[in-house]
Amino acid sequence: MSAVATWIADPLGYPFMVRGLAAALMVGIVCSVLGTYIVLRGMAFFGFALSHAILPGVVIAYLIGWPLVVGALVVGVLTALGIGTLSTQGQLKEDTAIGLIFSGAFALGVALLSTVRSYSTDLAHFLFGNVLGVSSADLWLTAGLGALVVGTIIAFYKEFLVLSFDPILAETLRLPSTVLRHLLLVLIALTIVVSLQTVGVSLMVAMLVTPAASARLLTQRLPTMMVISAVIGAVSGVAGLYLSYYWNVASGPAIVLVATAIFGLTFLFGPRQGVVWRWWRTLQPQAAQGEEAQALQRGRVR
Amino acid sequence: MARLRWKTTDHDVTAPTVELDQVSLNYNGKAVLEDVSFRIEPGQRVAVVGPNGAGKSTLFKIIAGILRASAGDVHVYGRGPGGHICIAYVPQRSEIDWTFPATVADVVMMGRIGKIGLFHRPSREDWNLVHSSLGQVGMGHLADQQIGELSGGQQQRVFIARALAQEAELLLMDEPFTGLDAPSQETIAEIVGGMQRHGVTVMVATHDLNLAAEEFERVMLLNRRVVVFGRPDQVLTSQALVQAYGGHMHVLPADEGDVVLADTCCGGGGEER
Repeated sequence: MSAVATWIADPLGYPFMVRGLAAALMVGIVCSVLGTYIVLRGMAFFGFALSHAILPGVVIAYLIGWPLVVGALVVGVLTALGIGTLSTQGQLKEDTAIGLIFSGAFALGVALLSTVRSYSTDLAHFLFGNVLGVSSADLWLTAGLGALVVGTIIAFYKEFLVLSFDPILAETLRLPSTVLRHLLLVLIALTIVVSLQTVGVSLMVAMLVTPAASARLLTQRLPTMMVISAVIGAVSGVAGLYLSYYWNVASGPAIVLVATAIFGLTFLFGPRQGVVWRWWRTLQPQAAQGEEAQALQRGRVR
Repeated sequence: MARLRWKTTDHDVTAPTVELDQVSLNYNGKAVLEDVSFRIEPGQRVAVVGPNGAGKSTLFKIIAGILRASAGDVHVYGRGPGGHICIAYVPQRSEIDWTFPATVADVVMMGRIGKIGLFHRPSREDWNLVHSSLGQVGMGHLADQQIGELSGGQQQRVFIARALAQEAELLLMDEPFTGLDAPSQETIAEIVGGMQRHGVTVMVATHDLNLAAEEFERVMLLNRRVVVFGRPDQVLTSQALVQAYGGHMHVLPADEGDVVLADTCCGGGGEER
């Protein structure tokens, strides 16, 4: 066997690595597909907050011995709808409502957890994930919920597109805007639950935002953006886990670092909007810029 | 298979397109619109003119069924506005994120979504309608262009094409002329005139008194209330304008009638792109 093949195959000898890779792959895809809407709708802070706000639910489930997912799901959906309602009442600005609920819930989660003896290890797992501890049951749950999230996004693709681009059009076409908006919040909550074990509460927003942001720089169409984002998310998940295996780095941060590195490369070298190419074009002598090149330039620089 | 669609209302064909009866809207205890009553017949082309804060956008949103009036009755084709999908509202260009990853054709297709129905994909006919709508506004060759790469006038035309694809019968345009150069304004006015010939009723909010007088058969002067509503020559009198604009208007007596200087610009901010 060649060195590369060995390098790839070696970790696959461990069942926990295989399960971890499967989880990272699925989480990478689900997060990144949903993430396109988070990026386009400017909901990064919401995602950040919601992922932290589910901590008390997870901790309570942990303390009473229920599946963590159940606690996370209940609190996640409640918080998502709570923030949605609080900020549409109009008395508080949305970021204030989010900040308020997120920090309160997170504090409650940490306070509850601090009553346990294994406090610091547990907290680290919740905050940064523990993908290598994924069980087969977890994996099935991830697959089921992940398919539900992606399936819903595909089923309501047209409606979510209109809602995100022009909410007033959604109103005049009589789409049920409030229901769709809340559905999106619930999908975010589900995605966070799905990714909890892989990247943890603290790094969740990176998986939601980073691959989608890279994809945003590479395409001008939403369906393409979703596909590219999913590929980047999947690659980040798998590559991150390999790095974690060989360099002995924590898995969650490794996955996020790969995604961030991909974003960095896209930002610098992306064919459309890459900083390096734009800089290179400005260096070209004036003579080389015929009318066509100038037209292209005008098209790109907005 | 029957298509799953959101609930919509049918038309009373004998009723006026838009009819408002003593409509008021209060926001945070402040009156934005007071006692607004008027009717607009099918196929009319109406310019709604008034200073910033006169309630033009609010009025349009009430007619479109996006905002609910605090008091009074709103009827579109004889029914409440909330169930119609034949009303197209074209927002101010500054309200749209033009970096959104969508092509011109994608945006126009959005107008079809009310008709396509849930869980269905656009059919060939839908795409044909999108392309013919773009053709009608002279944008057929730009169908695959990213929307951020368009000029202001082209952006406006994309939205008109979207209204065509929506098969709108009432078109409400919020400040479509703001920030456009004269030729683009002329193009938009021509396209709007063409829609009228197809029986579409058009209401346009504008700051521009000249355009209102030249391009529209009815002008409504609005300043929280309807100051006057009628033919341009009836409406654009110095007395009515002073009533609508108050201190932002100077009337200079001249040999043939009065010269009116209106300070109607830029108070809202952020409207230029």
